[in-house]
Amino acid sequence: MDIRSAAIDLGLISPEIIILASAMVVLLLGTVLKSRGLMAFLSLLGLVVGLVLVLQQWSQPQSGYYGMVLKDNFSVFFSVVFIMTAIITLLMARDYLIAKHIDRHEFYTLLMFSTVGMMLMAGSTDLVVIFLGLEIMSVPLYVMAGMNKIDPKSNESGIKYFMIGAFASSFLVFGIALLYGASGTTDLRRIMADFSFLKMQSELLLYSGALLVMTGFAFKVAAVPFHMWVPDVYEGAPTPVTGFFSVGPKAAGFAALLRICVYGFSGMAELTAVFWLLAVLTMVVGNVLAIFQNNIKRMLAYSSIAHAGYILVALTAGGEGAVSSAVYYLLAYMFFNLGGFTIVTIIDSRTGSNSQIDEIKGLAGRHPYLASLLALFMFALAGFPPTAGFMGKFYIFSEAVRNGFVWLTVIAVMNSLVSVFYYLRVVVAAFFGKPDQEFSPVSFSPALFIALLVTAVGTLALGCFPGYWLELSQMSMFPII
Amino acid sequence: MEHFNTFFPIFFLFVFAAILAGVFLLLSVLFGRKTKTAAKGDPYESGMKPIGTTRERFPVRFYLVAILFIIFDIEVVFLYPWAVIYDKLGMFGFMEMLVFVVILLVGYFYVLGKGALKWD
Repeated sequence: MDIRSAAIDLGLISPEIIILASAMVVLLLGTVLKSRGLMAFLSLLGLVVGLVLVLQQWSQPQSGYYGMVLKDNFSVFFSVVFIMTAIITLLMARDYLIAKHIDRHEFYTLLMFSTVGMMLMAGSTDLVVIFLGLEIMSVPLYVMAGMNKIDPKSNESGIKYFMIGAFASSFLVFGIALLYGASGTTDLRRIMADFSFLKMQSELLLYSGALLVMTGFAFKVAAVPFHMWVPDVYEGAPTPVTGFFSVGPKAAGFAALLRICVYGFSGMAELTAVFWLLAVLTMVVGNVLAIFQNNIKRMLAYSSIAHAGYILVALTAGGEGAVSSAVYYLLAYMFFNLGGFTIVTIIDSRTGSNSQIDEIKGLAGRHPYLASLLALFMFALAGFPPTAGFMGKFYIFSEAVRNGFVWLTVIAVMNSLVSVFYYLRVVVAAFFGKPDQEFSPVSFSPALFIALLVTAVGTLALGCFPGYWLELSQMSMFPII
Repeated sequence: MEHFNTFFPIFFLFVFAAILAGVFLLLSVLFGRKTKTAAKGDPYESGMKPIGTTRERFPVRFYLVAILFIIFDIEVVFLYPWAVIYDKLGMFGFMEMLVFVVILLVGYFYVLGKGALKWD
């Protein structure tokens, strides 16, 4: 290999470079200047420029760096999801950070570093690059979870996440090592091309490697039985960070998992059974345990586990339609979950808040519009029409049925029914609950208003006009054999 | 048998190391001077007192400096393989390493700006 002619194409990774560069600028400027608002603005600017650059890569698939970076529609779509998640998180975080006296410029830097890691994860077919992306994504997350230094719960959250994350990474790396041992390459395209030969030659290595890789990602997307860390980490982390956790890393994990399992391991039909079991366990445990939660962040943590289960249903079904339904669901999930977290963040910003569901009582009397939005997001999470949640679930379940997984769909629909209970509990508390004392009003800022507007419009648009968005998700595809 | 041939040098290394260590011990027992003092009999552990409370307090700054040292130390290690094949990499390798060092410098200036290297 001639090193000098390395396929360097800076245009290919320009969005990543822009976001990284603005992260570093913010990191340095923040130590000199005192204005945190300026830092937030610069970060926002970097992310928006990154978003524009990513959008320009749409539907011109190209690859570079010896095939290690791949910008097909799939990775572009997910990059847009990640950057938008970061932008919405940034918008909702500002007031919370000020209220909790943890308004540090490192938050913005870490947010952007993490976003770049996710983009790398979604944009590669090489297992080593995917792993690198995963680490770039995870390490800032550990710090963000423990950002509220004087809060013991935040500390616990950071340490727990760090331990579990390191543990999960070791599974992943071990799996990659075994796959490399079996095939002599870390490139999924070559593993897939030689699959039947590799299977004949070293079946055991190949399958144990695949299972270990899946275990690593199951930790990251919080599939049962690898979910134990989720409630504690979500509860302890600062609320906007929790919102970011529940969407960004999960979408990144699923992006990598989709590409690896539906594309790279397309020859391993046996994995379907594993996914079936994972999906059922994840849905049932997530939904049932969510019922018993009194802390809204813990409830949303279990709900995010349950949603991972629905996406695992799509992974079980496999095939092009199922992948696009998962992609659609993740986009929809981003909108309504972040919307829900924005409202929880607003309520949590009040002093003395402990994120209990009881604290929401009386919200409708004081802030009727906010309560209506909360209801909208909760209905979307539960999967009611005409919200994005309904269409997302509908596409996933119809794909599952089309591929012959009727029982899986029945279980999924029943789980969906169970979930209605705990989502509506929040709505009932907001509208009909009698507060123990006067509901102390929440404060609004333009940033929060924009975050709510974007998420609400997204939730309704994906639900009311699904055709366009579904077409978009069908276009954001990697080649499937 | 094939594996044995591949790993024979490593096996040989193990055996050789064991023999060498044994020979040195034997030589010092046979020919060494034998003066016994209390300090000499103590187990040696990085200059620390071997017996005492484990809950000793020391300034947390040591920890911070050690962490920062490790980070930059590890990063510098990457310069070695680069330096070895510098001729082959040429301008491309130089630019790549420049980017790497600039990113490192950002970290360094951040540490400076935060005052993490100030001792008091």
